[in-house]
Amino acid sequence: MAVFNLTVNNKKVKVDVEPDMPLLWVIRDFVGLKGTKFGCGMAMCGACTVHLNGQPIRSCQTPISTVAKNAKITTVEGIGEVQLHAVQQAWIDEQVPQCGYCQSGQIMSAVALLKTTPNPTDEDIDAAMSGNLCRCGTYDRIRRAIHKASDTMKAGAGVGGGK
Amino acid sequence: MTSRRNFLKTSSLTTFGFALGVSSFAKDATLKKITPAIVSLEINPFIIIDTAGNITLVNPRPDMGQGSTQAVPSLLAEELEVSLDKVKIVQSDGKGKYGNQTSGGSSSVRALWQPIRKAGAAAREMLTQTAAKRWNVSATECFAQDGKIVHRGSNKSFTYGELADDASKLEIPKNPKLKEAKDFKIIGKYNKRLDVPERVTGKAVYGLDVDVPGMVYASIVHSPMLHGKIASIDDADTRKVAGVLQVVRTERPMPHRKSEAVAVIATNWWAALKGKKALKVQWDNGDFEKTLSTQKYFEATYAAAKKEGINYEEKGDFSAKYASASKKIESSYETPFLSHAPIEPENAIVHVKDDGTIEIWAPVQGPDWALRDVCGYMNVKPEQVKINVTLLGGAFGRKAYHDFLLEACHLSKELKKPVKVIWTREDDITQGPYRPGMLSHMQGFVEEGKITGFHHHAIGESIAGQVFKGLKDDEADPWLTGEISPENSKYNFATASKISWTNVKTDIPVVWWRSVYASNFGWGQECFIDELAHLAGKDPLQARLDILTDERFRKVLETLAEKANWNEKLPAGQGKGIAVFRSFDSISAACVTVSKKENGVNIDKVVSVIDCGYYVNPDNVKAQTEGNIVMGLTAAIKDGITFTNGVCDQTNFHQFNLMRINETPKMEIHIIDSGANPGGVGEPGLPPIAPALGNAIFAATGKRIRKLPFDITNLA
Repeated sequence: MAVFNLTVNNKKVKVDVEPDMPLLWVIRDFVGLKGTKFGCGMAMCGACTVHLNGQPIRSCQTPISTVAKNAKITTVEGIGEVQLHAVQQAWIDEQVPQCGYCQSGQIMSAVALLKTTPNPTDEDIDAAMSGNLCRCGTYDRIRRAIHKASDTMKAGAGVGGGK
Repeated sequence: MTSRRNFLKTSSLTTFGFALGVSSFAKDATLKKITPAIVSLEINPFIIIDTAGNITLVNPRPDMGQGSTQAVPSLLAEELEVSLDKVKIVQSDGKGKYGNQTSGGSSSVRALWQPIRKAGAAAREMLTQTAAKRWNVSATECFAQDGKIVHRGSNKSFTYGELADDASKLEIPKNPKLKEAKDFKIIGKYNKRLDVPERVTGKAVYGLDVDVPGMVYASIVHSPMLHGKIASIDDADTRKVAGVLQVVRTERPMPHRKSEAVAVIATNWWAALKGKKALKVQWDNGDFEKTLSTQKYFEATYAAAKKEGINYEEKGDFSAKYASASKKIESSYETPFLSHAPIEPENAIVHVKDDGTIEIWAPVQGPDWALRDVCGYMNVKPEQVKINVTLLGGAFGRKAYHDFLLEACHLSKELKKPVKVIWTREDDITQGPYRPGMLSHMQGFVEEGKITGFHHHAIGESIAGQVFKGLKDDEADPWLTGEISPENSKYNFATASKISWTNVKTDIPVVWWRSVYASNFGWGQECFIDELAHLAGKDPLQARLDILTDERFRKVLETLAEKANWNEKLPAGQGKGIAVFRSFDSISAACVTVSKKENGVNIDKVVSVIDCGYYVNPDNVKAQTEGNIVMGLTAAIKDGITFTNGVCDQTNFHQFNLMRINETPKMEIHIIDSGANPGGVGEPGLPPIAPALGNAIFAATGKRIRKLPFDITNLA
């Protein structure tokens, strides 16, 4: 066991866990944020996607010991704390989720995409989102919702709070 | 209907002012025939209106993404004249008083359409009568609006809460007047699902997200050959893993047999998983290395295709007519075993308490079935069990099979504390149960440019036979034969037709998968109709219309032809294919367009049409149909499940690939407003997808594909 000091959604937390424990299980079972999901355990489905310093990563394949001390971790709970993030709002507007289980990961991938590519084409979306599986088959709506969020963000609204 | 008195006696929710129970409506022989165990029409949902005017609906259909948490309360809100956000939903707990509570068989709206609306209408009438009496006016002068009863002349009003107590003393009207469709304000209209926000903020609670004080975690080593016996366990390395508490022999109780297993118990699930990976278990696998083989299974199905099956239905003397026909063909269509692979793996928390009661938190499709299985397995009475159903992170049939739940029961009893069992993805993919792989052996002939003879021989494992036993060897599995019965396939074959079946058994566990056997047999039926159309020298759409008199089928196909621009001239290398299939009381057709691309084809577009009768939310019908397109294409062109030398060849999503966003074609959904009784929505969109694709590929390339799955990038 070892103590790790983390910054999750701008809050400092201290956990005492095995160094090889994936960030996913640290976030879920030790920090207590359940929005990040377990789907495959081998970075094939993207349900566990979170941001590490703004970059989307698969937390199921990221041992806690490899997370730098001053790194900022953002989960789905952290992107729209003050008001919904434009991506979350677009997900509601387009009624994207069915079961919704994969959508935390989808949303984190989409938020990251729009940071680097504010005006994505369908091809950009396909490339950035192809690591996230959805068994309910909501892909067509995900495309529409990302375009919608892009429009909203270009208009300068709804980037959420908390960062 | 139950009398109010009876209801009050049995309900634990009677502290509220006004409660109403409604029992079964007329049994429908057709429904029973198609899905005998999934749609039991004995339902008894409960509505509670308290004196503060709060309306609570005990929802008897868990939500796995199909939208029951909107569809069911919409039926009530419509008749009660309240907005959707005024109905609070409580998930039913499996107790018998709530009747059938299983999300399956695309049953939510079609089974609850009448009873929930009747319950709402009855409540509305009782509230109206109560208000009229207080004002000393005729009930006809009063009407319900936004949670109030209003007097037309004076504009006086009472809230439902103000009326609830007195209303509850009235007899429940037996035949309340339901609203006419033209007056619907919610049903059939676009409404946002109110639980979407919690699903985009991480707040929605799935089974995996539940924590219970004092619980321990279990990761289970299952038998690689599914039914092997434990020869030895070496847990020395496992015990060294920090957090591991215990290694215990346990079992995986499937409905038809139990398998031996070993559980690693730990203070957190990561530790349990690490302990599982360090565990060395030797298995005595008996003959399973030889018998668990999908290749051998399919060899047996092809051998059966050469023989006569058992007749389910025959019109005309098909065999004689086929023997003497001059223009005839026969071919076999194969569909693979498939994993459901919901992104939330199987999981459950069970606490067997000191007093013998059991509390459960689990993502199960049917708390009623779960209760039955838990009571049977643990030898307890229903009143000793409390089931808390969580949201389901996908299910598709898998989470109505309770092996994972009973594993947690077994472990909690042994360990005397709450136990959370979480399956790995590898458990999910390698252990099953699966959609059975099936073979459709098809024979048919054409006369004077029309398809006049047709035989579908359905071959493979019986879900009802394996899971529920009790079927005699010569007794047809109602799921298997029902999917292709004349009730579902409305083609008129003028000379002769036949449906036959052969049961080929396997030790690979099987269960229903989205649209059950329709997902298998749509492939054979609709590709073979296409083959016969070409044999007859007819356009595939026209060949179908030539043998269809059913107006709803014709309308679906004609709408599809129009929306998909079926008659447009396509450039060389592009092709369109169509297919139509009826399942779960709804008719769905699809048109797929493909273009040649290197050695394969690209899927350009899918247009889908569905006639599901009355529906609640058109947007949800579209969402479910979009999902069916993706799942139907995945089943056609991504991985199947195979067993070689006793073990599953696929272990995780790198080998059991699912369709991803970059492979997903453009899609378009059209809904037919037929005004028929509601049919299913969650499944009927799926069966026509694979055959429409196969037929499109034939149109574009001349290559006829008969075996699923296939590599769409390499058709050579």
